[in-house]
Amino acid sequence: MLKLEHICKTYNKGTVNETTLFSDFNLQVKKGEFISVIGSNGSGKTSILNLICGSIPLDSGDIKVRGESIVKLKEYQRSKIIGRVFQDPAKGTCPSMNILQNMAMADNKGKAFNLTSGVNKKRISYYKEQLSRLHLGLEDKLYVKVGALSGGQRQAMALLMSTMTPLDFLILDEHTAALDPKTSEIIMELTNEIVQEKQLTTLMVTHNLRHAVEYGNRLIMMHQGKAILDLDMQKKKETKIEDILGVFNEISIECGN
Amino acid sequence: MQDILIGILEQGFIYGILALGVYITYRILDFPDLSVDGTFPMGAAVAAVMITVGLNPWLALIVAFLAGALAGLVTGLIHVKGHVRDLLSGIITMTALYSINIHIAMGKANLPIFNGETIFNSGVAVMLPEPLQPYRTLIITGVLILLCKVAMDWYLNTKSGFLLYAAGDNQQVVTALAKDQGKVKILGLILANGLVSLSGAVLCQQQRFFDVSMGPGSIVLGLAAVIIGTNLFKHVGFVKGTTAAVIGAVIYKACYAAAISRGMPAMDMKLITAILFLVVLLLSNGKKKGGESRA
Repeated sequence: MLKLEHICKTYNKGTVNETTLFSDFNLQVKKGEFISVIGSNGSGKTSILNLICGSIPLDSGDIKVRGESIVKLKEYQRSKIIGRVFQDPAKGTCPSMNILQNMAMADNKGKAFNLTSGVNKKRISYYKEQLSRLHLGLEDKLYVKVGALSGGQRQAMALLMSTMTPLDFLILDEHTAALDPKTSEIIMELTNEIVQEKQLTTLMVTHNLRHAVEYGNRLIMMHQGKAILDLDMQKKKETKIEDILGVFNEISIECGN
Repeated sequence: MQDILIGILEQGFIYGILALGVYITYRILDFPDLSVDGTFPMGAAVAAVMITVGLNPWLALIVAFLAGALAGLVTGLIHVKGHVRDLLSGIITMTALYSINIHIAMGKANLPIFNGETIFNSGVAVMLPEPLQPYRTLIITGVLILLCKVAMDWYLNTKSGFLLYAAGDNQQVVTALAKDQGKVKILGLILANGLVSLSGAVLCQQQRFFDVSMGPGSIVLGLAAVIIGTNLFKHVGFVKGTTAAVIGAVIYKACYAAAISRGMPAMDMKLITAILFLVVLLLSNGKKKGGESRA
């Protein structure tokens, strides 16, 4: 489904700060996989997501979806098949537009943004139904501006909006990191529900080891641009947080921390 | 007194169209578009020339809109495709238009309309019933601003309009919707400068001349109108931003008329424009009490 082949990426090329993050990085993602990606800061987790989404350019290598290269496509063109939720809840919604308008825009993804009415009144009941799944009472606040919502509410909306239309991949970029523990659990549970229901192929970067172990069917640990741990469904079931924490500590000691 | 009031409304309505254009770039797109100082007189130049050669004055308005739209497209392309900063893109277009406007006006920096038919003295205007004749300029400018406002409100409520809001609000959302945010910005600049140029064309027909010095200060006036309007109605939910901008333009023109009636000489016009704008900014910033300023 998704193939990263011989990826090379160097930051700050030609300066004293030159750092090579990836040299010949490879990854294969099968359809329906829900991969948790963990690793210390600077290990390359978010860079992978940015490379897949086209937010940063690739030095060399290839990214293929169903055998076809997407490297030449711009970020917005890749958005056609990719849904993404960011760490910052503000990134996924438009603050000065109301909930209904935000939902209507997300619903129209992939279609033309033409001169027909921005909100299709017939769809309102569907939006309400979707919002009620969040159990945040947003279905009764359709005309409230999204900027007035809390971070958790905005993130829940961002998740809903990014998965509203059919897509090939869901990219979750530490999407629960900026939320309080309780909201973080709610969002994670909701994420799992949506991923299962829509059978989405998902890449989730997280710092929450428990989320990484509990959710998903594959686990990858990144370190210095390499996948030092890659557990499939079976192995993942046998692994406990303590084991992963052990590996984590080991690599941290290596780095001199 | 009544004459002064009518004059203020007429001017307010004409500049209200300009304010609607600035509303798109400044409030919706968050783009400080200085091309306005060039596209406003551009509309006037187009209208003056077309009327001078005897073409239909209403057609002149349409052509002026298209000319302004083209200039907006240029600013947009410089910014989006050329990766030039927003402020500089506008300055480039504005500066180029100074010369282009004189070219449009057949090489003259000042082009009066002597005997030509304008929208205020031909066609619909002369068909108005007799008692309304003294108010025909007011009526026509009023209808024009109403049409522009209604059209803009309608557009902003379409899918394309939503995308325009989103581009100013959160570019990442536009990208996530698989749309090129650069193209959306260009579209906004096209519409905004079309309106600004239309405003210039109406003013030219009302005052019966084009003058290249109409340009400088247009953006300041537009910004002042939008800022006055939006601050005034900040806490009044049912007043649309577009309405607020138009009312802002009328209020601005009233303040301006008051300053002129105090006996300020004509050469101080731009000085008054600038000082009034500063007063508006200071007042609106003072209200926010140390909050983030968008002006």
